[in-house]
Amino acid sequence: MSSIMISRIRQKQISQMIASGKRLDGRGLTDYRPIKIETGIIEKAEGSARVLMGRTEVVVGVKVELGEPFPDRPNEGVLTVNSEFVPLASPEFEAGPPSEESIELARVIDRGIRESQAIELEKLCLIPGKKVYVIFIDIYVLNHDGNLIDASALASLAALINTKIPVYVVENGEIKKTSEYMPLPMRNYPIAITFANISDKLVIDPWLEEEEIMNARLTITFDKDGRICAIQKGGQGALTPQQIIEAAYIAREKAEELRMLVVKN
Amino acid sequence: MSGKIRLIDENGLRVDGRKPNELRPIKMEVGILSNADGSAYIEQGKSKILAAVYGPREVHPRHLALPDRALLRCRYHMAPFSVEERKSPAPSRREIELSKVIKEALEPAVFLEKFPRTSIDIFIEVLQADGGTRCAGTTVAALALADAGIPMRDLVVACAAGKVDGVLVLDLNDLEDKEGEADLPVAYMPNLGLVSLLQMDGLLTIEEFKQALNLAIEGCKQIYKLQKEALKAKYIAIKEEVETCLQS
Repeated sequence: MSSIMISRIRQKQISQMIASGKRLDGRGLTDYRPIKIETGIIEKAEGSARVLMGRTEVVVGVKVELGEPFPDRPNEGVLTVNSEFVPLASPEFEAGPPSEESIELARVIDRGIRESQAIELEKLCLIPGKKVYVIFIDIYVLNHDGNLIDASALASLAALINTKIPVYVVENGEIKKTSEYMPLPMRNYPIAITFANISDKLVIDPWLEEEEIMNARLTITFDKDGRICAIQKGGQGALTPQQIIEAAYIAREKAEELRMLVVKN
Repeated sequence: MSGKIRLIDENGLRVDGRKPNELRPIKMEVGILSNADGSAYIEQGKSKILAAVYGPREVHPRHLALPDRALLRCRYHMAPFSVEERKSPAPSRREIELSKVIKEALEPAVFLEKFPRTSIDIFIEVLQADGGTRCAGTTVAALALADAGIPMRDLVVACAAGKVDGVLVLDLNDLEDKEGEADLPVAYMPNLGLVSLLQMDGLLTIEEFKQALNLAIEGCKQIYKLQKEALKAKYIAIKEEVETCLQS
C-alpha cells in the first residue's frame, strides 16, 4: 500500500535526519509518540478500549459469546482476533474483503495474546467438548497514521483487561445465565514493539511517512517476564542478524514502559 | 503446551531419530514443469512442495502495474489432500499471511527494477505438509525464480529453528511445531548475510532467541549448498544429453 505521495525531497529529508539520529517530528529514534488509552468506551461490548498513538487511532471491542470448543482443545475457551480497516480511517482503505495487511495485523496480535497465554482459556470451559466461552477481539482502525500493530496490540490488551464476562451456572447439563459478571481471567500481558528500518537504522513506532519509506519492518512482542512471544518481519527489505538482536534488547525495555501504561489503568 | 508426548528421548534424539541440529533429508529438483518459465520441487522430510514462476509478463489487471519496477506476486496454497483432515481449497487467513511474508522474503533478492510495468508471479503449491512449509516453500520458490532466469542479488533460503522439550532444535517437523514450545522460521540471503523473513511464535528468552536465530541461519547455509547443486544438476543433465546427441 505505498501510494501515499511523499515528494523525493521529503523522503530524502526523513532518511537523512534518521541517518544522523534525529526524526522529522522531533522524536529520538527509540521514542514513542504520545500515547493515550481509554477503556470501557463501548457499553454494549464486554470490554473495550481506545488507543491514540500520535494521530493513529484504534478502537478494540471484545465480545463474549458461548460456543463450541475446538475438537483438539475441548477444555478451553476460544479466542478469535479480527481486524477491520474501515474506509473512514485512510484514503488508502477500501470497503470489501479484508486486505493482506489487515489479516496480517490480526494474526500478529492473535499470536502475541495466544503464545503468551495471556487469557486463561482453560478457565473458560462450561461443558467440556460442548460449551465454552468464545472471546472475539475486533480491532477497528479509525485513523491510520502508522504503526497500527503496536496501537492495536495495546488497545487489545487494554480491552481484555477491561473485559467482564457473564457468569453462567451449569445445572444438570443445562447452562443458565446469572446476573453476575466477572473479570476475564488473565495471566499475561503481551506488548508489541515495532521498528522500521530506514537508512540502516531501526526507528521505533514509525508514523505513516516513515512507513512509506522504510524498507523493512520488525515487530517483537514481549510477555510480562521479558520473554519473546511473537515476531513478525514485514516489508520488502531485509535485516542483518545483528540488527535483529539489537532490536530485541531495545524492545524488551520499551515493552516494560508500555506495559505500565495499560496495566495500571 | 508440551504435555504427554515426549519430543526428545533419553539419548537426546528427536521423534524422527534426528539430533537437535540435524536437518531432515532434503531433495530438490529444478525445471520440472514445461509450461512455467521457471519451476522447482522440494521434498523436506514428508513435506512435498512445488513452485512455478511466470514472468516477467504483462500485468493483469493492468492498473496494478508499477511504473518503475516489476510487481512481484506470490500465492502460497495448500492442496486439500495435503493435511490429515481435508483442507478447504479456498485460501485461508493463514495462507494469505504466508503468501505475503514469502513474497517479502523473496522481494529483496530480485532485481525488480529491471522489468518495469511487468509482473512476476510465483505459485507455491503444498502437495503434502509436514511442518516447515513456509520455509521449504521459500527455498523452492527462490529456485524457481532462478530457473526462470530472473536476475537476482542472491538466492533466498529458509529454515526454521525452535524449542521442543526445552532443547533448541533445527528444522521442526509438524509434531514438533504443534507440540513444541517455540517455532522461529527464518529466510536468509547467504551471500548478503541478510534475514528477509522472520517470524516467531511460542516463548523464548532473548538468549534462547539469539541461539535459535544462529541455528536457523546455520541450517539455511546447509540447505543453500543443496539449492546450488539442484540448480547445477539441471544444466549438467542438459549438457550430458547434448553430448550423447553429438556422439551418435
